[in-house]
Amino acid sequence: MKIVVAIKQVPSRDSQLRIGGAAATWIEEGDLAYEINEPDAYALESGLQLKEKLTGEVVVLCAGPERASQTIREALAKGADRAIHIETDQPGSSDPLALARMMAKALASEKPDLILTGLQSDDLGYGQTGVILAEVMGLPHASIVMNVEAAGSGIKVKRELEDGWFQHVKMPLPALLTIQSGATKLRYATLMGIKKAKTKEVRRVPAAELAAPAQPSITLDRIYMPEKTKQSQIFDGTAKEAAAKLVDKLRFEARVL
Amino acid sequence: MSGILAVLEQRDGALHRMSLEALAAAQQFGAELHLPVFAAVLGHGVEPVAQALANYDIQKIHAIDHELLAAYTPDGYTIALKQLIESHRAGYVVFPHTYQVRDFAPKLATALDRVLIGDVIGHRVDDGALVLVRQLFQGKINADLRFEGEPPYFASIQAGAFRADSLRSGTAKVETITPDLKAEQIRTKPLELFRESQRAVNLGAAEIIVSVGRGIKEAANIPIVQKLADALGAELAGSRPVCDTGWLPMERQVGSSGQTVAPKLYLAVGISGAIQHLVGMKGSKTIVAINKDPEAPIFEVADYGIVGDLFEVVPALIEALNEG
Repeated sequence: MKIVVAIKQVPSRDSQLRIGGAAATWIEEGDLAYEINEPDAYALESGLQLKEKLTGEVVVLCAGPERASQTIREALAKGADRAIHIETDQPGSSDPLALARMMAKALASEKPDLILTGLQSDDLGYGQTGVILAEVMGLPHASIVMNVEAAGSGIKVKRELEDGWFQHVKMPLPALLTIQSGATKLRYATLMGIKKAKTKEVRRVPAAELAAPAQPSITLDRIYMPEKTKQSQIFDGTAKEAAAKLVDKLRFEARVL
Repeated sequence: MSGILAVLEQRDGALHRMSLEALAAAQQFGAELHLPVFAAVLGHGVEPVAQALANYDIQKIHAIDHELLAAYTPDGYTIALKQLIESHRAGYVVFPHTYQVRDFAPKLATALDRVLIGDVIGHRVDDGALVLVRQLFQGKINADLRFEGEPPYFASIQAGAFRADSLRSGTAKVETITPDLKAEQIRTKPLELFRESQRAVNLGAAEIIVSVGRGIKEAANIPIVQKLADALGAELAGSRPVCDTGWLPMERQVGSSGQTVAPKLYLAVGISGAIQHLVGMKGSKTIVAINKDPEAPIFEVADYGIVGDLFEVVPALIEALNEG
């Protein structure tokens, strides 16, 4: 089975974000650390597990600037066979449809049986790119998937619904799935894996070769820090002082204790 | 263009709780943009659900009925709604931001060469155009987005952003329509819905909840917050990552994939406050946040907060409670 896993590099979860420039259209990127988008790490893990069970190939697809090479290398070190890097400097401003069209073009010669990606990104959080890519490529899809197994000539997936409900869905291949975090344990790269990754193929495709000029249908106007909806009281001092103040307020102001 | 179409979600004849909030959003956009509001429900035998909406101020309710829509599929819903939107020339299409909508609305928008603005938490009208607010970076940053080009424009509304009790009443006609749909167009086969845990814990009944997030670092540290819960006579709950990793059982999860709670006191310990968590607890009467990151979005909904290391703050808090 040929599996493509689409991954994204995002600022690490603990990043202190600052809004950059007078135009206020994106964050200051200079001092950030980056990592693989967490749901994409689970998509990669699902892909690697399927390959181990069914044999085949895992190809990583990643759109991003030069720094994304690091995340691609890490995916190769974990066991992906090769990678396609769509080189683009515009992670913030391009809309998910434009990105999905680029990804579809980059995959045109690949003919994968299965495409996996995380259900959303930790940065933009549109939660759409996978579903859009399926539609652009004319594939059936399932989103928020916890588990994938082979079923006849197709697959059976377990989808998460709301309020603790789940559902199994059967579908033919080729197909696209967006993977939920947390359903399985993530592997670490082995020393041997890291060594091997250095010789694995990374096909670099400049975005300009893929993008057809088109008018975007949504635009990001500006970004800003959220205004507080509540006036919160923050207690300072040592842990002991702050805890004492909090208990006092809960008892005598909020009267909930 | 002919107005705003609110696509409402139903299952087994009951409206999803976020459906009326999406309808409220549609009414508000309609009032501000001077556009009429329409509604649609999809399924098989949905006319009674459609009739239940007839007392709201809606121009017309489309009951899209077909036996192939009895069970939800992204193909079935996309084909049926595309037909309605094209024949109706809808200007705006508004959904509740449910898991089901997340599954098909991006596909529907793509089929019409558009992009959905999902997870909307606010709006304003600027020079006759709708500007929608959504969160980026797990709630740390807000963004204003606009639609470009020709309609239809698609948006899905996050829980709690609009109030169902602000709905205007009126009288609406119901029109049942049968979409042109064939079995071979539906490529996925949905099976039965099921639940895994017995939900022995009803967090909804708890007066005080101590909820723990990633900040607790490992399972071995759970007793630290359990002690705090015991000192408060509270139920212990967790965010999604904590329950996913098995540090707490799934039935103690608060958030969009877990339980929705509104206790009189909610203490969020080491929880950053992603929107999926906030929608499950922001109705709580008093919210306390303890987190080492002063920028964590949980502080936006907190009444009281302590910025600090939970491994110092929680024991101090237990001591302060026991002293009083």
